[in-house]
Amino acid sequence: MIPAAFEYKKAGSADEAIALLTEYGDEAKLLAGGHSLLPLMKLRLARPEVLIDIGNVADLSYVREDGDHIAVGALTRHRDVERSDVLRSALPVLAHVASTVGDPQVRNRGTIGGSIVHGDPASDLPSVVLATGATLVVRGSGGQREIAAADFFVDFLETAVAADELLTEIKFPKSNGAGWSFQKFNRRAQDWAIVGATVVGGDNPGVSLVNMGSKPELSVAATEAMASGASPSDVGAAAADGAANPPEDLSANVAYRRHLARSLVERAVAEASN
Amino acid sequence: MSLVGAKVLRKEDPNLITGRGQFVDDLSPAGTAYVAFVRSNEAHGRITNVDTAEAVAMQGVLAVWTASDVADLPGLGVPGLERPLLAADKVRFVGESIAVVVAETRAQAVDAAEAVLVDIDPLPASPTIQSAIAEGAAPLDENVGANVIFMLPIEDPDIDPALAAAPRRLSTRMENNRCVPTPIETNVVLADWGPSGLTLWATHQAPHHLRNTVATYFGLAQDTTRVITPDVGGGFGAKINFTPDLFLVPALSRALRRPVKYTQTRSENVLMMYHGRAQEVDIDVGFDDDGSLLALKVDVYQDNGAYADPTGMGLPALTTTMAAGCYKIPKVAVGWKNILTNATPVAAYRGAGRPEAAFYIERIVDMVADELGLDPVEIRRRNFIPEDEFPYATHSEIAVYDSGNFAGALDELLNIMDYPALVQEKAAAIDDPTKPLLGIGFATWLEIAAFGPPGALEGFGHLASWESGQVRVQPDGSAIIYTGASPHGQGTVTTLAQIAADELGIDFDKISVRHGDTATVVQGIGTMGSRATAVAGESVKQAATKVTEKAKLIAAHLLEANPEDIEVNDDAFSVKGTPAKSVPWSEVAWKSFQNLELPEGVDPGSLESTVHNAPPNFSFPSGAYGCVVEIDKMSGDTRVRDMYLVDDCGTVINPLLAEGQVHGGVAQGIAQALYEKMEYDANGQPLTATLVDYLVPGAPDLPTYTSSRTTTVTPNNSLGAKGIGESGSVGAPPAVVNAAVDALSHLGVRHINMPLTPQKIFSLLHEGGA
Repeated sequence: MIPAAFEYKKAGSADEAIALLTEYGDEAKLLAGGHSLLPLMKLRLARPEVLIDIGNVADLSYVREDGDHIAVGALTRHRDVERSDVLRSALPVLAHVASTVGDPQVRNRGTIGGSIVHGDPASDLPSVVLATGATLVVRGSGGQREIAAADFFVDFLETAVAADELLTEIKFPKSNGAGWSFQKFNRRAQDWAIVGATVVGGDNPGVSLVNMGSKPELSVAATEAMASGASPSDVGAAAADGAANPPEDLSANVAYRRHLARSLVERAVAEASN
Repeated sequence: MSLVGAKVLRKEDPNLITGRGQFVDDLSPAGTAYVAFVRSNEAHGRITNVDTAEAVAMQGVLAVWTASDVADLPGLGVPGLERPLLAADKVRFVGESIAVVVAETRAQAVDAAEAVLVDIDPLPASPTIQSAIAEGAAPLDENVGANVIFMLPIEDPDIDPALAAAPRRLSTRMENNRCVPTPIETNVVLADWGPSGLTLWATHQAPHHLRNTVATYFGLAQDTTRVITPDVGGGFGAKINFTPDLFLVPALSRALRRPVKYTQTRSENVLMMYHGRAQEVDIDVGFDDDGSLLALKVDVYQDNGAYADPTGMGLPALTTTMAAGCYKIPKVAVGWKNILTNATPVAAYRGAGRPEAAFYIERIVDMVADELGLDPVEIRRRNFIPEDEFPYATHSEIAVYDSGNFAGALDELLNIMDYPALVQEKAAAIDDPTKPLLGIGFATWLEIAAFGPPGALEGFGHLASWESGQVRVQPDGSAIIYTGASPHGQGTVTTLAQIAADELGIDFDKISVRHGDTATVVQGIGTMGSRATAVAGESVKQAATKVTEKAKLIAAHLLEANPEDIEVNDDAFSVKGTPAKSVPWSEVAWKSFQNLELPEGVDPGSLESTVHNAPPNFSFPSGAYGCVVEIDKMSGDTRVRDMYLVDDCGTVINPLLAEGQVHGGVAQGIAQALYEKMEYDANGQPLTATLVDYLVPGAPDLPTYTSSRTTTVTPNNSLGAKGIGESGSVGAPPAVVNAAVDALSHLGVRHINMPLTPQKIFSLLHEGGA
């Protein structure tokens, strides 16, 4: 309920945040919307010594078209992603998935970048990053670099962002009218997915899974099956069988999870193909 | 116009919805110090060392207490099985408090609690009924030596012959899942023990009971012990209990000579607030080929958790009292066992023993119908206690059903739900891959309510079973009502004002209802057991009638008429037949305090009255619920699509509030059926310790209800009101589960224990070959 003591630093810009990260290194955590980090801190499961608040770095909150892709600033709130006219027409899957995150209060505070760098396998937005083959732009003391979605998620709650780096932008390829589907199986309206799936059709299809491994996963086998024109049920089977390490919890054992993944992907492929 | 029966908006709401309610945690008198607990992370074990040295030295820390600091304070609960205020030698469930820290700020207290080092040698844990009664299970209490702490064997020699003589028989074992009450407000305790006595602010349902108990515990006089329960944000029965914090916090205030406050976190609440249900049952039923129930044998296993609570030990008595439901069964025999387990203690939770009873008998009736190929509606009709057999003496001497019309409620249910169309829709859905499976379930239930007859509550430690109602007319003709039934969300302030307004003839807006302060409310018992309207409402009604009669004496004097000719309406007294001859209530009230204005024999200040009403019997609210569930064939996900509700609670004072009670109770019933269960692993570690894992459904997860009512008044009070607070939680779980079993019956499914999780239903779909 009450976090362990920490030092609070407010960054006015991305560069200031990077300077603070460089100064404090591993001891520091970035605070954006706070909806992943603060609950962990209140339960004292996370105890950063320094909190760098980037909530007011306004120049990282944007959605803009940039040639063949759309650039979304890392500090863009879920609500703004959900309501973006640009995204609704050029990448509707992202606007839709953002609308399924938590409840309105969560969506008005939580940020797309915060959700992605948290690296939670049960989160929905990383599955869009993976299925669309987005590129993640990070900036650190050594400058800026771009990381492909497939290389970004490293392990449970761990990404390729280094301790002195900040995710600044996500570049999503435009969907150009390709079909898409997001399927989420949960029990209560605002729960995390027990299993979820994002499927993007078109020339560069992608199939990704939510809560089917220790990290957000692109299903390589299912993506390849889809690219080769396999049937929805075969793509579903490839996704279910290809998940290496599905978690087991009170909601679902491994066999049930695979069944859900198979069915949800099958449904999603059928929907994305329509 | 009568206000009883009117949809009056709640008097409570303007404060609450503008954020001006006052809850215990809103209060912090100057100098308040704050509490944090050190809790056991083992379910069963011996405490070998508690090191407080580091914590004591931390900034702001005022005290760190362990068991040795409270050695002179007795344990709580059942004699011989007391729960210590702080665990001494052993811990018996995860979350049990081992040490308590008080500091200048809450953050300092939490930091210091983290610095207390505890060593525990684990013992084998028995977190469930079956593990606790298994051969060789480690006893929780070595002095008792066994985990079965009380047993009422089934001794009736006629039951087995009656079962043997029945043409057909069925035996089954069922569970009733352990539920976490989860009120929106956790427990909060604030104590200020000064030279002139103890003031204790608490989130509690029974302030006077708490005052009496705390005073006795500390050897204080009741006049200098004041308990205040301000706005209380829900309780569901779990705020009746006497948990250690209610005694520890005053003791700390006494020692530190300053106010001390403990605010429970949600994580603590899940583990510390006493849980509900947690039963298993063995049932044998004998019946004939027509579906007439002939004999019923019910043996309940009650999981009491790590410490026996008096109410918790009484739960199986309530379950077995109501074991036969609304059916006429010639032979019923019951028994039970109370069992300690390495889990959170169990006590009253909305319905307290009766939802369990309704679940068992309503499932049994469906099983018998299924066995005989009878329609579930038809078998109910064949076994109902007929309308002309009330009062109806049951197998239990506690329960003499006051009144009821079970067939009438079922008729009304079939009136509001199109059963034949649903049956067709169900049949068509089975093989249609585009449709979910459909199931239709019924529950014709009844429960025991209006806990108020002499003897009803004394056994649980209460002073008595009546409830108090006091009416005091103010000089300007407004009135203040005082009730001992301190509410925690029910809307009692509104219903009591409605009742008083009708009797007094005073405008509803000029009536206030006060509660929750032992310094101002005469005496009281509390809000529990669906008693506020039927027991406290009747007290207020009688007190208001007495005040009105006294006021008529003064009005008659002022109008120069006979008291018998005076009537009261719309804030004024008038002479019957001569309405122009009238005097306003405000004038009568004003002059009632003025010696010179009063008739001979009437003293100033006479317009007040106090009544302690104890009804002659319990009341037995009943109802008929119909549920339609949809089961997703892919996932097994089970959702309630439609819920049809016919309640019979006798006279309804306020239909809005009665419906609200039903909606909330049904939501909790659906929650128990589909979502909620406190789970532990084999070592007694809780697996559902947060609201991420313990699934409390929200509004988007619940259907819109279709509701109606029938009215069978109770003869036990002049209002005719039976009580409605627990009905929904009694009737909903069997309706939902009966519907789910119906949806899966073509696969050979006959029973499913709650909650009906998707994975569980999915496996049934597949074992059945779907």
